Amino acid sequence: MTPGGLRQRLEIWAGRVAPTVLTVLLVLLAAVPLPVPFWQPIGPGFALISVYYWAVHHPSALPPPIVFLIGVLADFFGLAPLGVGTLILLLSYSGTVSQRRHLAGQPFLVVWWGFMMVSAAAFFIAWAATSLLAGYLVEARPAFFSYLVTLGAYPPVALLLARAQRSFASV
Amino acid sequence: MKQRLGPMLRVGSPLKSWFQRGTFLLLVAASLTLMMLGKSEAPWVEKARTMVADVTAPVLALLTEPVTATERLFANLEELVDLRADNARLKAERERLLEWQRTAIRLEAENRALSQLLNLAPDPHVSYVTARVVGDQVGAFVREMLVAAGTRDGIRKGQAAMTGDGLAGRVADVGQRSARVLLLTDINSRIPVLVERTRDRAILAGDNSNRPQLLYLKPQNEVVVGDRIVTSSDGGVFPAGLPVGIVDRVEEGVVSIAPFVDWDRLEYLRVVDYALTGILGDMPSDGVAEGSEARTR
Repeated sequence: MTPGGLRQRLEIWAGRVAPTVLTVLLVLLAAVPLPVPFWQPIGPGFALISVYYWAVHHPSALPPPIVFLIGVLADFFGLAPLGVGTLILLLSYSGTVSQRRHLAGQPFLVVWWGFMMVSAAAFFIAWAATSLLAGYLVEARPAFFSYLVTLGAYPPVALLLARAQRSFASV
Repeated sequence: MKQRLGPMLRVGSPLKSWFQRGTFLLLVAASLTLMMLGKSEAPWVEKARTMVADVTAPVLALLTEPVTATERLFANLEELVDLRADNARLKAERERLLEWQRTAIRLEAENRALSQLLNLAPDPHVSYVTARVVGDQVGAFVREMLVAAGTRDGIRKGQAAMTGDGLAGRVADVGQRSARVLLLTDINSRIPVLVERTRDRAILAGDNSNRPQLLYLKPQNEVVVGDRIVTSSDGGVFPAGLPVGIVDRVEEGVVSIAPFVDWDRLEYLRVVDYALTGILGDMPSDGVAEGSEARTR
């Protein structure tokens, strides 16, 4: 324990809220209409990417109640019908945390593979729940396409998050 | 569901497994409740939605600013490059449009004369509110857009949102300075339309693909690929005759439509305001009785 307690505490605090702030920023960013190819199908996946990333690398930074709130916000911003996105973020989070020992500290490809599994389940559940709410089977192709694009978007977004994590962990 | 978190967590994890399991189940239950509430369209859900939209719309508008500026810059450069070709093309187009204008004036005069003969009640005058798209909420399961204009700009729930090409959707809810537009491809979108050539009425229903379908078309219809679809005034939802799309495919009774709107280039939406004029004249926008649910102020 060093005497510079306040500064240290501030830094710890910043490190704690950073994952939440970053995820919320990603959700907002996804809502900005950008003329970038595949932007529309990627957008909603940002929340899922971020939640998965923190569930693997630093689960205590994004506790379930926060995941829930992020889910509600993401649903307001078009992740899925209200509650559905919230549910899949929660399930993805808990599923990932439960398998964390196979993922944390592993090479990137393994973590990406994990995301492939988790997001496949997430998109499937979202599709099923949306269909259930709609009362008929909604078109699955856009969901599948979104899934593929989100999978492709994982490496760059994870890289950014890793940078951010390092920057606040190193202080 | 994998909830056996405890034994799998590493030692030293700050999460207490029993506590977390309880919280987690509670949160799952909460999201299931949200699903039900969202489905039943509880009024406070809509209110919360509107509030979030109102708060974030200015932020999103700010974030959109540099994007728009960059886009404009590139568009300018492109225009400079194509100046000569454009000029030639525009001259040719102008000739053609002048011809059309003459035709339109002639037809308008003829139409007026015939309408007078028939004593036809005129359509109410249509005016537009143009709003910038600041939120793109188009995903695999939801197709909505957030625009930076609300009740204070005269936008009300249920109005039609268009681009220059055609109908894009309808205003699902409005806040003071933002409005949520449900695109016609969303699964919750149902729009009364008619086939321009045959005058067959139908409902255009979104199914989350880019090709919404016509429902409730009468069984012996003569709809063919390429027919234009326009809005009908049935149900008093939209003014009649707004262009929607063309028939893209007719197969085993399933008629799918290719909307005119270019979904990738939605920067501005024009919200059609047709209830303001006519009978009610110059009344302030929030005092209008039609679409009364939307009076939030």
